[in-house]
Amino acid sequence: MRMGMTISEKIISEHTGRDVKAGEIVVAKVDVAMVQDGTGPLAVEELKKLNMERVFDPENTILFIDHASPSPRKELSNAHNILREFSKKTGAYLSEVGEGVCHQRLVEDWASPGQIIVGADSHTCTSGALGAFATGMGSTDVALAFALGKVWLRVPETYRFILKGRLPEGVYSKDIILHIIGMIGADGATYKAMEFEGEVVENLSMESRFTITNMAIEAGAKTGLIATDSTTKSYLEMRGRGDKFREIKPDPDAVYEKTFEIDVSKLEPVVSFPHTVDNTRKISEVEDVKIDQVYIGTCTNGRLEDLRIAADILKGRHRHPDTRLIVIPASREVFIKAMKEGLLEIFMEAGASIESPGCGPCVGIHKGVLADGERVLSTQNRNFKGRMGNPEGFIYLASPATAAATAIEGKIADPRKYL
Amino acid sequence: MIIKGRVWKFGDDISTDHIAPGRYFHLRTNLPELAKHVLEDADPEFAKKVKPGDIIVAGRNFGLGSSREHAPRIIKIAGVSCIIAKSFARIFYRNSFNIGLPLLTADTDKIDEGDELEIDLEKGIIKDLTKGFELQSQPIPPFMLRLIQDGGIEEHIKKYGDFKVEE
Ligand code: SF4
Repeated sequence: MRMGMTISEKIISEHTGRDVKAGEIVVAKVDVAMVQDGTGPLAVEELKKLNMERVFDPENTILFIDHASPSPRKELSNAHNILREFSKKTGAYLSEVGEGVCHQRLVEDWASPGQIIVGADSHTCTSGALGAFATGMGSTDVALAFALGKVWLRVPETYRFILKGRLPEGVYSKDIILHIIGMIGADGATYKAMEFEGEVVENLSMESRFTITNMAIEAGAKTGLIATDSTTKSYLEMRGRGDKFREIKPDPDAVYEKTFEIDVSKLEPVVSFPHTVDNTRKISEVEDVKIDQVYIGTCTNGRLEDLRIAADILKGRHRHPDTRLIVIPASREVFIKAMKEGLLEIFMEAGASIESPGCGPCVGIHKGVLADGERVLSTQNRNFKGRMGNPEGFIYLASPATAAATAIEGKIADPRKYL
Repeated sequence: MIIKGRVWKFGDDISTDHIAPGRYFHLRTNLPELAKHVLEDADPEFAKKVKPGDIIVAGRNFGLGSSREHAPRIIKIAGVSCIIAKSFARIFYRNSFNIGLPLLTADTDKIDEGDELEIDLEKGIIKDLTKGFELQSQPIPPFMLRLIQDGGIEEHIKKYGDFKVEE
């Protein structure tokens, strides 16, 4: 009898042409592969060394210029040109300066249910919310996927997270995932797939779901996955990709290594303290922490829904005079919509600096590097020492609502009083 | 394969940002330069102190964070022959074997900085020559061991023309 399968086992089985189970090392076909400007040049170099400068499927091979975009220095400009040349030579799609963060662009135009997606960026797991097996790898792995159209993979065991209850006002999917990482630890799901399900997940918008799967890697997981449903379907339809919808769900008798049941009804806004993501506190336990800079954006929380939440709170208010506010829409499309809805005007009037779509200060290259001893509250996904360009800086992580409230008060603030 | 070397000890949760900080993003196309900053945010002097053949010993979740393969690569360029930790983050683990840097998972509490180790990779035996004890590491999966023996995935592909995961 065929054993019940998790989502990962199902998708990987389809891509190896036989039934696989957790623990096996297999070679699987790849549907979409991508690199970004930090990892891409090494991938191109690797293909040159192997004399394999080719791509298996140009339309589904993507080179993103998003991390250092626009380029702040000549070494990076030269690195960008390596990607531009590779694109010209192979036909791989080049996502130029200003188009946006790779993971946001992927879910907008490429990621679809049932695919295997590999990206030379750890947050590739974001696309898992669309029912794709999407995982981050190194440059060489993705280079080989470019040329051969396949990867070697260990089929992961799965941890199942059943989210129950009703999400209180002022508490968002970012708070749920920070809470889960605080609970299981930054290595709590190492090598595993995380499957998220339950009534709470069913009621979340697609954008909120992306925030959850985006951060699976922060618990060490190989990927985060959500079964497809009517929300997935309308998202794809809205994007003109309705034909890409298909049902992806685990078998009822799938074998899980662990199951966690979480009632979200009593959750509060959560903040991760420096220097690890699992160093979480409830907002009610946070004493006065003065904040020098607030950053709203990134592949975790730079989507339209996030900007709407932050703008609702910032409307008619102003940032604290001692706190800088940086807002970066995750993609050009998000930027245009936020502009048309008047959100960008609200941010500007609140004293924000709005930058062009991309990663911004998240990875410490430019656009908001911290001074020694400064503290930033960011909507991004990780807060390791040195992450934002200065090992003498301190990074706090929270939802866009908490970020907006914090910008107003100049210290970590509970967003619920502004709702 | 037998590896012999002197230990540099690190704690838990050494991230890829400690190993290859984002502020040196522009050096990613110049790995020998980037290697001068290896592990700078965990130990600013490390790049100056490390000698070819040395071994890194660490706590839990070594290499967490980004997918940057530059992290294990500059550790290798700095001369490190092997890393032993209580556990590794998965992308770092995979990247290391792909580039031919062996990793072993074992309880590292009893090993101290400066100890001399002798490691039998195939058997997963770690001998602490300074203190005179032996540890058994978790076995390296056969495919990963093959990658190390081949000298990394690049050589593996040159040899077989494809991935060879079967026995
Ligand atoms: S926004 Fe930050 S976490 Fe997301 S891809 Fe860019 S650098 Fe990575």
